[in-house]
Amino acid sequence: MMVAQGDPRLAVIGRRLARVARVVPVMSSKGGVGKTLLSCLLALALSERGARVGLLDLDVTNPTAHVVLGADLSKFPEEDRGVVPPLIGGVKFMSVAYYSGENPLPLRGWEIDNVVREVLAVTIWGDLDFLVIDTPPGIGDEVLDVLSYFPKHEPLVVATPSPLTVTSVRRLLKLLTEAVKGELIRVVENMARDNSSIIADLARKFRVGFLGKVRFDEGVDRAVGDIDALRESRMYRDVSMIAEKLL
Amino acid sequence: MRGDAKYSGVARVVHEWALAEAIADYVFKTAPSAKRVRVTVRLGELQAVDEGILEFALREIMKSEGIECEVVLKREDCVLKCRKCGYEWLLKEVEFGEEVREAIHFVPEVVHSYLKCPKCGSRDFEVIKGRGVWVEEVSWE
Repeated sequence: MMVAQGDPRLAVIGRRLARVARVVPVMSSKGGVGKTLLSCLLALALSERGARVGLLDLDVTNPTAHVVLGADLSKFPEEDRGVVPPLIGGVKFMSVAYYSGENPLPLRGWEIDNVVREVLAVTIWGDLDFLVIDTPPGIGDEVLDVLSYFPKHEPLVVATPSPLTVTSVRRLLKLLTEAVKGELIRVVENMARDNSSIIADLARKFRVGFLGKVRFDEGVDRAVGDIDALRESRMYRDVSMIAEKLL
Repeated sequence: MRGDAKYSGVARVVHEWALAEAIADYVFKTAPSAKRVRVTVRLGELQAVDEGILEFALREIMKSEGIECEVVLKREDCVLKCRKCGYEWLLKEVEFGEEVREAIHFVPEVVHSYLKCPKCGSRDFEVIKGRGVWVEEVSWE
């Protein structure tokens, strides 16, 4: 007789992602660079171009993508042999915020890992051309979980043209280029204010792709929560060009 | 009640099915050529998984793969411990509304959004045992 024991959730993650063609985790080790807005707008822009898109808010302890999309948290997602992410603006959207609401969700590392395993094990994405993942800042549990649990991924690294961000993002790029093929890693400059080449140079140094600049848009915050208004923003136009390059 | 699918065959199929698929995939990966297996699953009180639905779904999935499966489900009480003051308490001592229980059922860690240590009020507590679904043993010959 042979015997084994373990966590069954890890065994099913591959099945859940089997019909997802491309996984694009939006990452930055630096906070405040616009990952969440960029993730949401990218998902919307890809969807507008005819792609089947999912968006997963993996900022487990501080989810905010639902605010950007104006998602209704008053009811749980439907169940059909798992959890079916509601369609918002043409995007299948999943977040732990459906369950934690706007309450604090303070978690230790292993608890975050448990949430990621649970969400990946029970979410039924179906057929997707893209799964965009919003990740929290830092190089912590969620980022490591993406690298470990997603069999294939194409990280999109977000950086702003500041020395602090460059120092921080350099560490992330070092980690990513050790784990992922360089041609699958791409960098976007967000909140660009001038024709500085600091981020493009950083991408070149690491031999990863540079998808261009998203200009600083001081008006975009006013559009948060309203998908139609977001689609009218200058940031959305710039992100749409990034989306075109990803297609 | 949750999981009427088992009884009606037409009602919505709840997310226990997804957990049963996870257990089944674990068995397939662990014992790829086994035709008879015995699976012992520990079910933490916190996640409040419907045993009937889970067992039914697991048997159905196994049957569809031509595997004879004995299912043993073990309930585990949930024990919580405050990391700040060290107080230990049982989930049984806590009363939640239906909505909160449902939220915790999907993602047990959101208990931190709705519960504080009864002694010191901290949300920095841990679930010592009784969290969710764990395959305690798969045996096959």
